[in-house]
Amino acid sequence: MTDLTSLTLAEARKGLAAKTFTSLELTDAHLSAIEAARVLNAFVMETPDRARDMAKAVDEKIARGDAGPLAGIPLGIKDLFATKGVRTTACSKILGNFVPTYESTITSQLWRDGAVMLGKLNNDEFAMGSANETSCFGPVGNPWRREGSNTTLVPGGSSGGSASAVAALLCMGATATDTGGSIRQPAAFTATVGIKPTYGRCSRWGIVAFASSLDQAGPIARTTRDAAMLLRSMAGHDPKDTTSVDVPVPDYEAAIGRSVKGLRIGIPKEYRLDGMPAEIEKLWSEGAAWLKAAGAELVEVSLPHTKYALPAYYIVAPAEASSNLARYDGVRYGLREQGKNIIEQYENTRARGFGAEVRRRVMIGTYVLSAGYYDAYYLRAQKVRTLIKKDFEDCFAKGVNAILTPATPSAAFGIGEKGGADPVEMYLNDIFTVTVNMAGLPGIAVPAGKDAQGLPLGLQLIGRPFDEETLFSLGEVIEQAAGRFTPARWW
Amino acid sequence: MSVDAATVRRIAHLARIAVSEDEVPHLQGELNAMLAFVEQLSEVNVEGVEPMTSVTPMQMKKRQDVVNDGEIADDIVANAPATEGHFFLVPKVVE
Repeated sequence: MTDLTSLTLAEARKGLAAKTFTSLELTDAHLSAIEAARVLNAFVMETPDRARDMAKAVDEKIARGDAGPLAGIPLGIKDLFATKGVRTTACSKILGNFVPTYESTITSQLWRDGAVMLGKLNNDEFAMGSANETSCFGPVGNPWRREGSNTTLVPGGSSGGSASAVAALLCMGATATDTGGSIRQPAAFTATVGIKPTYGRCSRWGIVAFASSLDQAGPIARTTRDAAMLLRSMAGHDPKDTTSVDVPVPDYEAAIGRSVKGLRIGIPKEYRLDGMPAEIEKLWSEGAAWLKAAGAELVEVSLPHTKYALPAYYIVAPAEASSNLARYDGVRYGLREQGKNIIEQYENTRARGFGAEVRRRVMIGTYVLSAGYYDAYYLRAQKVRTLIKKDFEDCFAKGVNAILTPATPSAAFGIGEKGGADPVEMYLNDIFTVTVNMAGLPGIAVPAGKDAQGLPLGLQLIGRPFDEETLFSLGEVIEQAAGRFTPARWW
Repeated sequence: MSVDAATVRRIAHLARIAVSEDEVPHLQGELNAMLAFVEQLSEVNVEGVEPMTSVTPMQMKKRQDVVNDGEIADDIVANAPATEGHFFLVPKVVE
């Protein structure tokens, strides 16, 4: 039954409804695939018993004819989402064997709609990273390799486990989170579809916090339609998150196949970087041509503060992280290292529990918020953020419906290849995605082609606030034109 | 701006992260690389620009001032490294 794993979510939904197979069969096929793919290290915890129990329960519901929109669909959950009774660590040693006594809002909505949990997925520690190399469980392998090479590549990050598992057909879709590009960059590295919705679209309640004004959850899936189906269940107002916005959730799937005729697509000239690989340049022009062929109108636009988004992000995000991560003190949960007094206990716990990247970011955040430096760094960065958002607003005010950009400045790279000497080298991965978080806008990454080495590349579409539907319509056009990409199995 | 070794030790203490002497030069280099990177923000004219406080134009929602949760002390202490009854145990704080 292994071929069940190659279905899209939409196809599986049909098969389940027609009773061609059961959720238990579909779930078992994925559990076997996970077992055979342990070398990828995509899952940090497999929950086969729970998965089978959930599948059996939903099979009964399907038989009774009272099935939710995701009935029987097996999913992977990023280890940043609190799952009741199932270890949740954010892939940090400091959370140790933390077992939540509550369920995150997003996952509770997925279970409400009938989805089945296969297990918890690897990610960068506290979602801080762009290669899934900072996880305390070790790096994740990308199912894609360069043609003729055996080198294991990174799947991107921080949602590297999610992207790898979806691309390797280990789950039909996965939850992910995106603070600076952590959904879209790994999606681009693995030929999957990832959408970061508008800030406030999905509840952050029960998700381990990194930078609260930037964090937003979304799905990674195999097609735009699958991503639309997942987002519909994940989105929605939640009184437990004060930044969750109370606007109705549209049927995103209805946007798939909707005409894009007459839509104005902005091509921002500032995204044309010096030294950008010719392949990325070519992919971008191809994407524009596909949208044009579908009836969209292309216009050059200017987002003058683009180059300042990444430096402003590396002030705002660490500052918020240093504040959010103050809670890990070895008192209420997680790791505790002894000290002579309570201060030493905190210091030893945090030195031992946080990995190098997290320590570095907490320290830089502490510095930029400290007395005498707040105005020069944090306040200035928040003003720059206002300007970045205004660039987009000006662009949308001129009638632009969405903006097309490359998703990443390169394809996937090898484990340990980047950021060893200078952390900034790794940060540059997010150069095209981070602007979107800074402005709170929705952004989708869709597979669009391959580079000369046979590695997938993605395009990004940026939308108006709460207009995820247009992104799904445009994303579908690119998907139809580019086709789908599946890695050759080597694991 | 750049940080010296004494500042690295001060930040580490403020962040409550123990740092050994031999880690200081390395951390100093990394923090200075990040500070050099963000330095380009000083070119931006931010005269008269409001700092962003909320990325979505919305009023902060306020909850009703009512008790809507509680009686879950067992849950609260379930993951604590050291407890006694429903209390967290910590080293002596006040002499």
